[in-house]
Amino acid sequence: MSAAGFHELEEAPPPMTSRFDGELLEVSMGPQHPSTHGVFRMNVALEGEIVRKLKPVFGYLHRNHEKIGENTSYLGSMPYTDRLDYFCSMTNNWAYALSVEKLAGIEVPERAEYLRVILAELTRLVNHTSLLGFLLSDMGAWGTPLMYAFREREHVLDLFESLSGSRMMCDYMRFGGCRVDLPPGWMEHARKIVDNFPRFLDEFEKLITSNEILIARTQEVGKLSAQLAINAGITGPGLRASGVNYDVRKVDGYGFYPRFKFRIPLGEHGDCYDRLMMRVLELRESLTILHQAMEQLPEGPIMNPKVKIRAFKPPVGEAYGRIEGPKGELGFYLISDGTANPYRYRVRPPSLINLTILEDMCLGHTVADVMVILGSIDIVMGEVDR
Amino acid sequence: MLSLIPPDHFSLPATMESLEEIKARIEQAIPGARLAIIPNPGLASQPSLLLDHEHALAVACFLRDDPALRLDYCSNVTGVDWLDRTVKNKVKVKQLVEGEGKEVEETREEFFPGYLEAVYHLYSIAHKHGPIVVRLRTRDRSLGVHLPSLTPIWRSAEFQEREIFDLYGIHFDGHPDLRRILMWDEFTDYPMRKDYREPDDYEYEPTPHDDVLEKAKQHHARRPMQDGAENIAATSEK
Repeated sequence: MSAAGFHELEEAPPPMTSRFDGELLEVSMGPQHPSTHGVFRMNVALEGEIVRKLKPVFGYLHRNHEKIGENTSYLGSMPYTDRLDYFCSMTNNWAYALSVEKLAGIEVPERAEYLRVILAELTRLVNHTSLLGFLLSDMGAWGTPLMYAFREREHVLDLFESLSGSRMMCDYMRFGGCRVDLPPGWMEHARKIVDNFPRFLDEFEKLITSNEILIARTQEVGKLSAQLAINAGITGPGLRASGVNYDVRKVDGYGFYPRFKFRIPLGEHGDCYDRLMMRVLELRESLTILHQAMEQLPEGPIMNPKVKIRAFKPPVGEAYGRIEGPKGELGFYLISDGTANPYRYRVRPPSLINLTILEDMCLGHTVADVMVILGSIDIVMGEVDR
Repeated sequence: MLSLIPPDHFSLPATMESLEEIKARIEQAIPGARLAIIPNPGLASQPSLLLDHEHALAVACFLRDDPALRLDYCSNVTGVDWLDRTVKNKVKVKQLVEGEGKEVEETREEFFPGYLEAVYHLYSIAHKHGPIVVRLRTRDRSLGVHLPSLTPIWRSAEFQEREIFDLYGIHFDGHPDLRRILMWDEFTDYPMRKDYREPDDYEYEPTPHDDVLEKAKQHHARRPMQDGAENIAATSEK
């Protein structure tokens, strides 16, 4: 300080610079964001508009599903699996039932297996249509496509409601069969819905494939190589969009899938457009499976009478069972110590593992593309966080 | 453009060599690797292969790259907590009872120390077979236990090993980004361990009932001055 009380400037101050020039700007996207599909956060480092780093943050919906599973009986976990991926409760039930059946060596009656196939494929319709609607909504096609998709989803949910009593939390399957048989008139109603579905699908596909904006936003965005997809454990439509022919329905041949003729759609580029089209094509294949299964559905019991599902104690051992869920490979790993509760109850969540390569797919793209890429992976936070 | 695999192309799971054969081949390829086959007493017939820590990465690399196996897809990675247990066995022992040699039944307690386990389920997308179950076991159940990470071999283990670290407290050496994933960063305990006791101050409990009081009492020894549980117990006994 000088005697006069002024600061003495020894040298000229440096020229003023913007903080953003040449530096990365860190943005926290989410957890409350309409396109994060729940409570999901990404820490993104941006250079201008380009993503340079991305770290996903989970756990906002964590309730330790696996610990609760260890503290409940085998049957008690069944309704709780509905809450994993709340769009696809039927396939969650099936995966869990399949694992327990593997663990305890339970056989399933023919009619029950057919019902499971029918309901799983209806679930695939629900999941893929709502995914397409959400994805278009994320891209700014606000409202209309989502409402179109939800209108179709509603019809299928009506079917679930009349069968199981609940629209989304169905809790329908049991070890060794299914809970209730079809109510009268259900099959006719279901046939009508399946027959009418292609009309919606044609319209929707036209909306997608001929839309210039959508093509510009999705093609060559978020490319994923087949090698990385396999190594990172990506499953479901995301894997097949990269051109890898792997579908658990074909490979494991569980639940009478070998009896049906259906094709596996494969992508070529592994970009968002391919992942989107994979859903459209899989919907068509699901419809052919549904037609065949409804045609062949035999009469008979729907429950293995030997299974005591209430006082259920499987023998000591462990088993890993998996199915092709709409989002990817959904597996359950169970260890039994001979008591009424599983010693270990593990869910292999496809949504979580499909997020492993989110950063790799987003690097070099703009922030707006992150939403499209995330939407094309297809996640549900109930399953990611468990 | 997009292609469709025709329905006739139905690839049934290929027959795979048995786990014993795989074990023998690994031991030939990687000298010094100590392997063990863990039988599965259940009906699923999925026995597993126990690896040692030093050669785990080399064995995993072999499993992935071997042309006959090509286990390129690691589906499921999970942790299991096995507690210490004592098994009581009745053994007949010869003893001198009142000057005579007699056979007396004696119960002997055999102690098995607990450990934590990481289980990997491997499949092959190239050959469409599997699963091969691979296990890694820690030395004991203490807080700072280590296992080698298999994320360098299979990227799909990245989040799942983080989850095991988060919920079981196994530190994976060589993992690129080992942080908590589901619990928050400040959390200190490992909730999936079998002896985990959840704190009783997560939720406000306006009228403590018998169960709650019993649970609160368990915390006296651990932190007697902090949680006020002893006050609740004192007032309710009036």
